[in-house]
Amino acid sequence: MGIRVAKTANEAFAEGMRQINPDVVAAYPITPATEIVQIFSQFVADGLVKTEYIAVESEHSAMSACIGASSAGARAMTGTSSQGLAYMWEMLYIASGLRLPIIMAVVNRALSSPINIHCDHSDTFGARDSGWIQIYSENVQETYDNLIQGVRIAEHPEVRLPCMIMTDGFILSHCLETMEMLTDQEVQDFIGKPPERENLIKSAIEGKPITIGAIDLQDYYFEHKRQTAEGMRNALKVIPEIGKEFGDKFGRYYGFVENYKMEDADIGIVVIGSTAGTGKEVVDILRKKGIKAGLLKIRVFRPLPVDEIRDSLKNLKVVGIMDRVEGMNGFCGPLYSEISACLYELEKKPILTDFVYGLGGRDVKIEDIEIVFNDLLKILEKGKKDFTLKYIGVRE
Amino acid sequence: MPSIKELAKRESKFVSGHRLCAGCGAGIIMRLVLLAIDKPVIASCATGCVEVASTIFPYSAWKIPWIHSAFENSAATISGIESAYKVFKREGKVDKDIVFVAFGGDGGTYDIGLQALSGAAERGHNVLYVCYNNEAYMNTGIQRSSASPKYSFTTTSPVGKAIPGKLQWQKNLTEVMVAHGIPYVATAIPGRWNDLVNKVEKAVKIEGFKFINVLSPCRLGWPHEPELTLEISRIAVETCIWPLYEVYEGKYKLTYKPKEKKPVSEWFKLQGRFRHLLLPQNSNLLEEIQKEVDRRWEELLKKCEA
Repeated sequence: MGIRVAKTANEAFAEGMRQINPDVVAAYPITPATEIVQIFSQFVADGLVKTEYIAVESEHSAMSACIGASSAGARAMTGTSSQGLAYMWEMLYIASGLRLPIIMAVVNRALSSPINIHCDHSDTFGARDSGWIQIYSENVQETYDNLIQGVRIAEHPEVRLPCMIMTDGFILSHCLETMEMLTDQEVQDFIGKPPERENLIKSAIEGKPITIGAIDLQDYYFEHKRQTAEGMRNALKVIPEIGKEFGDKFGRYYGFVENYKMEDADIGIVVIGSTAGTGKEVVDILRKKGIKAGLLKIRVFRPLPVDEIRDSLKNLKVVGIMDRVEGMNGFCGPLYSEISACLYELEKKPILTDFVYGLGGRDVKIEDIEIVFNDLLKILEKGKKDFTLKYIGVRE
Repeated sequence: MPSIKELAKRESKFVSGHRLCAGCGAGIIMRLVLLAIDKPVIASCATGCVEVASTIFPYSAWKIPWIHSAFENSAATISGIESAYKVFKREGKVDKDIVFVAFGGDGGTYDIGLQALSGAAERGHNVLYVCYNNEAYMNTGIQRSSASPKYSFTTTSPVGKAIPGKLQWQKNLTEVMVAHGIPYVATAIPGRWNDLVNKVEKAVKIEGFKFINVLSPCRLGWPHEPELTLEISRIAVETCIWPLYEVYEGKYKLTYKPKEKKPVSEWFKLQGRFRHLLLPQNSNLLEEIQKEVDRRWEELLKKCEA
C-alpha cells in the first residue's frame, strides 16, 4: 500500500531511481537536475542500491556510458537539463537508433543564450525528433509515476526505445508536494526483470560475436530508421496498456492526455507541465461564471497521440495552444505546429491560436491564463482570430 | 610472452573482408592486439577508418562483441560497458573474465576524444585503450590532427607558397597519459609485433586504465608504398621519431634502443607529406625537426635511466 510523503520532484526522481535500482547510472550535474544525482549518490554510498555510479566528466559522456552499459545488457539511467541535454544531443539519436531502453530524467530548463537556469520547455522540445519517448509531468506525483512506467514502456520488446520523463525546473523540481510513494517491492514487481535481448556481455559469454553500431550506406539506413519509427508507433499501443496496468494496481490511471472539463467545452487551452495545474484553477473559475472552458493536458508528447488530441479538441470552437518554448520559426511555437497537424484533416476545426509563455522561468499566474481565456472568448464572439501568436507575460 | 608459433595457432578475431586500404597499418594493429589477448574481449571503437571499413552493414570483420557509438566517446562508451560488467559480476550474474578494449584513431583520441579518454583514465576503469595513430584525420581525407608532425602536409595544413605545412609540434599524448598517473602507458608499432604483443599482454594483466599509442602508417595519407608499412614503422623507431617505451607504475623503460640512430630524413624520404622538407631551400626546417627529435630523445633517455 502507498506511503504518503512530501517530496520535491527531484527527490521523487531520486527515490524512484532507488526503487528501480538500475545497474548503471552515469550522470553529470546541472542545475536544476543536480539534486537527483546528489541524492542518488548518497544512496550508492549507503549501499542502498546495487548501481554502479559513473561520475562522468560531461553529459555527452553520460549518455555515451549509458549507451555502453545498455548495450552490455544493463538497465541504465541518467538525468539532466538544458545545456546538458543539448550537449548529449547527438547521442540521443544514437541511443534511439541503437534501440536502447535508457531512462532519463529531464528537469526542464531554458536553453542558453541567454543563460538561464529556470523553467521552460526549450530543452526537451529541441529533442522531439530524436526518437525518444517523451512524457511530461504536471506535478510531483506524476513525475514519480511516469518514471516507473517509463521503464516498462522503454523495455517493452515492441518498443525498445529510450524514454525521457520531464518535470518543470524549480517549479516542480524544488517544490514540496505531497504524493504517494509505492513500496520498494511494488516498484520491483511492476518493472520486473528487463526482457532478454542481445547484448555485448551475453555475446562475450556465449562466444557469439555481435557488432553494434555498424555503418549503413545508402542501401540500409532507411530501413533501419523505419524500424525505429515502428517502435515509436508501437508505443502508441503500449503506453496506454502500461498506464492501465499501473492504474489497476495502484489506483492512478494514465493515458496520453488528460481532459479537464473538455466534454462540453466551447473554448479550451492545450498545455504541458506544471502550468496545467494553474490552468485547471482558471477553468474552474470560468466554469463558475458559466463559461464552458476546458483544458487539454498533454502527458505523452512522443509518440504524438494524434487520435486523443483530435477527439479532445474537435468539438471546441476556439483553442489556445500554450507553448512554453519559442520555436523561432517566425510564425508559431512547436506545440502549435503539432496540434495543427493533428486537426488538419477535420472538416470542422476549432480556431487555433498560440500563446508563448513562461520562457526562462517567467512566472505564470492565474491572471495570465485568464488573459488567454479572455482572448479566446473574444475570438469566440468575433468568430475569427486576428493573431496567430501572442506572448503572455512578456514586457513589450 | 607468446611465441609466433603460439600466436599463429590462435584464432584471428579481426578477419579479412574489411575495406581498409592495401598496406593499412591499422588493420595489422587490430589483428595483433586481439591475437595478444587470450581471453574474451569486448571492444568499443571510435568513428574512423577502422570502424567504417570494418563494419559496413551487413558485414563485420569483428569476431568479438564490438560497439561503435560515436567519434569522440570510445572511452566513455567502454566505461559504461565495464561498469555494467562490474555490477553483473558483483551480483553473480557473470563469472567469466572479460577484457575491455577501446580503440580510437588519433582523431578520436588526441583531439575530439581527449575529454572522454581523460575522464575514463581518471576514473580508473579496467580498460585498455589502444590508439592507432596515423597522424591525421585520415578517414575524412587527411586533415591535420594534433598528432600530425610539424611541417607535414595535410589537407588542412597544406604546403604552400607562404606556409610549409603544419606549424605546430605534435601533442605528446603518451606523456599526457603518463601524467594521468595510470598504471601502464606504452608506445608501439606494427613493425615490431613482438614488442606490441608483449605490451598488450602485459597491459591486460594490470588492473586499472592502460594506454598504448601505436604508430599506424597510412599508405594513402602519408603516403607511402603499401609494401613498406612495417618497414616505415620500424624506421620511425630507428630515427627516434617514435621511440618504443613503456611507463609501468610511473617507471620509464625503453623497450627498444636503435643500435644506430638514423637521421630523420631517412623517414621523411619515404613519404610524400615530407617531400618538401628534403628540398635544399627547406634545410632549416629539416634541421629544426632533427634538433627537436634529438632533444626529446635525450629527455626520454634520461627518464628511462632514472
